[in-house]
Amino acid sequence: MTWSEMQPLLTQGTVDTLYMVLWSALVTVLVGLPLGVLLVLTDKGGLLQNTPVNKVVGVIVNIGRSLPFIILLIALIPFTTWVVGTFIGPTAMIVPLAVGAIPFFARLVETAVREVDHGLVEAVQSMGGSITTIVRKVLLPQALPSLVSGITTTVIVLIGYSAMAGAVGGEGLGSKAVTYGFQRFDNRFMLITVALLIVIVTLVQLIGDLAVRLLARRGRTA
Amino acid sequence: MPGGHRAAHSTVTETPVITTTGLTKVYQSRDREVTALDGVDLHVREGEVYGVIGRSGAGKSSLIRCVNLLERPTSGTVTVAGQDLTALAGRGRRAGKELREARSRIGMVFQHFNLLASRTVRRNVELPLEILGVTGRERSRKALELLDLVGLADKADSYPGQLSGGQKQRVGIARALAGDPKVLLSDEATSALDPETTRSILQLLRDLNQQLGLTVLLITHEMDVVKTVCDSAALMRGGRVVESGTVGELLATPGSELAHELFPVGGTASAPDRTVVDVTFHGEAAARPVISQLSRTYNIDISILGAAMDTVGGRQIGRMRIELPGRFEENVVPIGFLREQGLQAELVDGADAGPGPATTPAPLTKEVAK
Repeated sequence: MTWSEMQPLLTQGTVDTLYMVLWSALVTVLVGLPLGVLLVLTDKGGLLQNTPVNKVVGVIVNIGRSLPFIILLIALIPFTTWVVGTFIGPTAMIVPLAVGAIPFFARLVETAVREVDHGLVEAVQSMGGSITTIVRKVLLPQALPSLVSGITTTVIVLIGYSAMAGAVGGEGLGSKAVTYGFQRFDNRFMLITVALLIVIVTLVQLIGDLAVRLLARRGRTA
Repeated sequence: MPGGHRAAHSTVTETPVITTTGLTKVYQSRDREVTALDGVDLHVREGEVYGVIGRSGAGKSSLIRCVNLLERPTSGTVTVAGQDLTALAGRGRRAGKELREARSRIGMVFQHFNLLASRTVRRNVELPLEILGVTGRERSRKALELLDLVGLADKADSYPGQLSGGQKQRVGIARALAGDPKVLLSDEATSALDPETTRSILQLLRDLNQQLGLTVLLITHEMDVVKTVCDSAALMRGGRVVESGTVGELLATPGSELAHELFPVGGTASAPDRTVVDVTFHGEAAARPVISQLSRTYNIDISILGAAMDTVGGRQIGRMRIELPGRFEENVVPIGFLREQGLQAELVDGADAGPGPATTPAPLTKEVAK
């Protein structure tokens, strides 16, 4: 393949990858964040201590985390078809990507929120703050740097998953690498897609680290 | 209540502000129960600074957390400013609206300040106002006013991480005052601070107590804190209040441990046949030359083994350990004289002379006395 043949494929692949990853990341955060907070609140000694809920959510999250993504991808085909109308293409891929990443992210949220000093929770309780206030004004803002670093990790995991999704009807760089690089034995194309993925991951990590550093600087140190 | 220095504390009234009755807290751990509070009755009067002192594990922390129901008492009642908080709490773990409203009228400061690192000083003080639903501009105005009150107006836009420990505690105090509370709970507020900063924070609490008529309930393990600011004190041990009362009452109570701790005087008898007496004087008795009168009246030589003079809660108090020649039986009259003068005279058993045929008490009793 010549460079002019590769270029549109790579551009399209990158656009599709970013499309899948960013949308699924958004869904993951929207669902995983409350789930992670719920895991902390319902835990023993938590503000909403509720062992049955905690156990059920915990088990679901663990199942989600232990399934290999490629299996999940196939197992979810009926569900994806039901939600999107098809299981092929970048939009359809958002569903399994999000479902795969939600449990992972929920655990990261749980760890981040659990690390917030209990004294702060107590202080807001002593002011008459409700649980909603505690979550909104203490737990989430205090955990923000850890949450952002969790989002970074999740986005990178999603980039990896999205490449895998390429094998099962998805689009994006992964799919291009499989179709043109692997199946047509074009090692040069394969290497270029891999390099491109490395660049994307590195950029995401850099942006994430920068955000964490900016957040952490707000008076936390000094 | 006698004592000229007390005039400054005329804000103390007999109205009870915090009352706990039969307060009990039992923690369930896996296979055993731990009783943190065992029937605590506490009476804090309006406008006073009340100190609860005890070692760690004595139940102080559970007690103060039960007062605003951060901890649910297992049994007993808590009344703050005429409101039965235990009744408001209901059964569930979650604090209902009424309890939360009651809490917003009780300020609390903490040992580790518990400030939000991600908010500026001003925004930290605004937090309780946000909870109370105060709107933006008013919130900001009130926060600055409170920061001015604690002497930190110039730090409004700093972050807690940029402040010293004492400054952080001042922010904590400003924040605790945001809801215009009648009552301030202080959970070891000075325990993480150096002695000098401790003094300035205690002074601030004292000033607020007098300027705003704020009732302060503080827990501490430092006797100095009680000595510096408290009108009344309670000693806790093993989940119970062992002694309590105004500082004056405690000092006038024979054998009071708190009085002894507030005023440690040492010294042992120099010879077997001596009588050792601890004399406590406060109020006007402190100004009279009682010891020299005693010496002249009965023509006896008095040695002073140890003495301490100090200001407790703004009142001059002294304690002295003296030695009289002869055994107790020979000194009944001089000791009676001291008591007649309005002093408190206690015979010190433990300081009795060393072993020897002359000592009368049985060894077993002595062991117990120690």
